[in-house]
Amino acid sequence: MTPIIQTQNLVKRYGTYTALDQVSVSIPKGSIFGLLGPNGAGKTSLIRIITQITAPDEGTVLFDGKPLVPADVARIGYLPEERGLYKKAKVGEQLLYFAQLKGMSKAEALEKTKKWFIRLDIKDWWNKNVEELSKGMAQKVQFVATVLHEPSFIILDEPFSGFDPVNSDVIRDEILRLHDQGSTILFSTHRMDTVEELCSHVVLIDKAKKVLDGSTKDIRNQFKTHRYSVETKEPINFSEFPWQPETMNIEKEECYASSFKLVDGQSPNELVADVIQNAEILGFREEMPSFHDIFVQVVSREPEAV
Amino acid sequence: MNKILLIIEREFLSRVKKKSFLIMTVLGPILFAGITIIPTWLAMRDSTQTTVSVLDKSGLFAKRLKSNKETVFVSIDGSEDKAKQNLMKAGEHQMLLVIGETNGNTSPDIRIFSESNPSLDLVHSIEGQINSELKNVQLKSSGIDPALVEKIKPDVDIKTTVLNDEGEKEGSSAAATIVGFGAGFLIYIFIFLYGSQVMTGVMEEKTNRVVEVIISSVRPFELMLGKIVGVAMVGLAQFLLWMILSYGITTVAGTIMASQTGKQQTIEVAGDPEASKEMKKKMGKSGILKELQNVNLVSVVMYFMFYFLGGYLLYSAMFAAVGAAVDNQQDAQQFMLPITIPIIGAIVMAQFIIKDPNSNLAFWMSVIPFTSPIIMMIRIPFEPPFWQILLSMVSLILGFLGTTWMAGKIYRVGILMYGKKVSYKELWKWMRY
Repeated sequence: MTPIIQTQNLVKRYGTYTALDQVSVSIPKGSIFGLLGPNGAGKTSLIRIITQITAPDEGTVLFDGKPLVPADVARIGYLPEERGLYKKAKVGEQLLYFAQLKGMSKAEALEKTKKWFIRLDIKDWWNKNVEELSKGMAQKVQFVATVLHEPSFIILDEPFSGFDPVNSDVIRDEILRLHDQGSTILFSTHRMDTVEELCSHVVLIDKAKKVLDGSTKDIRNQFKTHRYSVETKEPINFSEFPWQPETMNIEKEECYASSFKLVDGQSPNELVADVIQNAEILGFREEMPSFHDIFVQVVSREPEAV
Repeated sequence: MNKILLIIEREFLSRVKKKSFLIMTVLGPILFAGITIIPTWLAMRDSTQTTVSVLDKSGLFAKRLKSNKETVFVSIDGSEDKAKQNLMKAGEHQMLLVIGETNGNTSPDIRIFSESNPSLDLVHSIEGQINSELKNVQLKSSGIDPALVEKIKPDVDIKTTVLNDEGEKEGSSAAATIVGFGAGFLIYIFIFLYGSQVMTGVMEEKTNRVVEVIISSVRPFELMLGKIVGVAMVGLAQFLLWMILSYGITTVAGTIMASQTGKQQTIEVAGDPEASKEMKKKMGKSGILKELQNVNLVSVVMYFMFYFLGGYLLYSAMFAAVGAAVDNQQDAQQFMLPITIPIIGAIVMAQFIIKDPNSNLAFWMSVIPFTSPIIMMIRIPFEPPFWQILLSMVSLILGFLGTTWMAGKIYRVGILMYGKKVSYKELWKWMRY
């Protein structure tokens, strides 16, 4: 299947500063895609090129297999990190305006806006000025503005910031619903819990370069530590144990935890077999790396640019 | 294209719906009408009668002073001290005019005593009457009949005539000055008023961060152009409403006051025969009103529209670029300076241009697009050669295309640049991105 977005060797320079350096990213259709990277890595530059806010100095962007054209803005929804609405304009009118700028007819925009107002239970906001809304309320309006024109590709930059846990869940459910209906979602976020919970693919950008790319499953496998933790009822007697532990018999409430790092050729089954002979096993699992760890590991190991 | 129309519509409606627009639209003509009507109205209203007791020690003038609706002259006798005491007791609207001894050949010592300062009009009127009386006496004593002098009054009136390819035409220097200066000044005001509206609009979008949402739907240039055109239409709408309302108010008020105003004028005329004659001459024979008919108002209005729009487009693009480059009003100041210098320079030079509308300076300033909207507009009523007008128009069109193009480049980069204090060097870099 053709990816919905494919960037090829994108380069973006601002004067002597390079914001993007040969970045090629392929976003599979129907995926929830995480765009990760430290502050100033070039995430926003990449998003601005995809949304046609700026043009790349080199490289191309394919949308659904074809080079990006101005008309494609109608199929892309973008929620910028810095939220913005006209403060002195009415919520309803403003949403209609944004939808029409995306190419919707007024009647269609009106119908869709009304649906969203009912869905998010914000009907009585229609005639309010944005300045009368709280930050969280304005965020909701902004979210509606992003998805009102039913884009097939939705870019969300830190979509949950500013929401309380209840509204955060409401928005997450709406995002998942849109995903189920066929939209591809691109998250740009620093919240690794969001990535682990929602994303099927991630790309990590650091210092203008792509440093990590793949499905969340593959990346976890790639960063496997081969560390296994064992929980036993009684302490393992390590004096005669054939395996070299990393941690030994840490006393927990109802068990003792030990961990082992396996090297090539060693199988976890053999480890389990040896543990069974020594103590009663309460738990055994492989310690998978968190995306937080992966992020920190990848970003900090990058040498300073020379 | 459709999207630009949407932006124009929003920019226009959001401004026209504002209370401040309504207030400005209504207040403008009222202020304008106020300036023209209130002085007349005040003069009419202030018709309380003042009684002037005249103590004429020379005996030459007391009977000659003519009373009218506002001032009644009453001749009194007795000592000056007594008259002063009487004045103190008399209360409001009383004055004492003391005319000193004279045989008519020297100017008498004249004083007015009153509770508060007498109006300048009254003083002038009395001065005028006494002067003309003195003149008569002096003429008589020199053996000249004053009636003869009155008869011999040469009245020269120079008519200026424009002679060119279109034939002869009666000139209209005074009217041209008024029309030209008025039109130039209006353009000056409009460029500042609406240019700065464009700037604050751009800044608002930038600081609100709405701009990123919008330019993910339209090109930055479209947004800038839509805003500029939208605000231009607000300006035109306001201008038209002002014209209509001003015309309406002055006409209605004028009709109401017409009869009374008529009387008013005869009173003034009675007060000072010399001055009134001057005035009649101005109003009548070669008066401004008549001259105005010789200024081709239709073409002036057409040119006004062109130079108003051209000047506005030229400057508002630069105002938009400034708005995009800065984060707040304070930072805007430093970039405003190079924009405002040529336009203020133009309005300052206007008084020299108007004295010599065909000078070299006038020519160059009316061809350079940064000053031409004001300077050419001042020259238009003086009917400069057509090729100069054409050259000025073409250079203005090229000028605003140029500034819009440059402003577009700065705008495009500026609206996405936050928290950075920009310098001119920076702006130059942005233009070449």
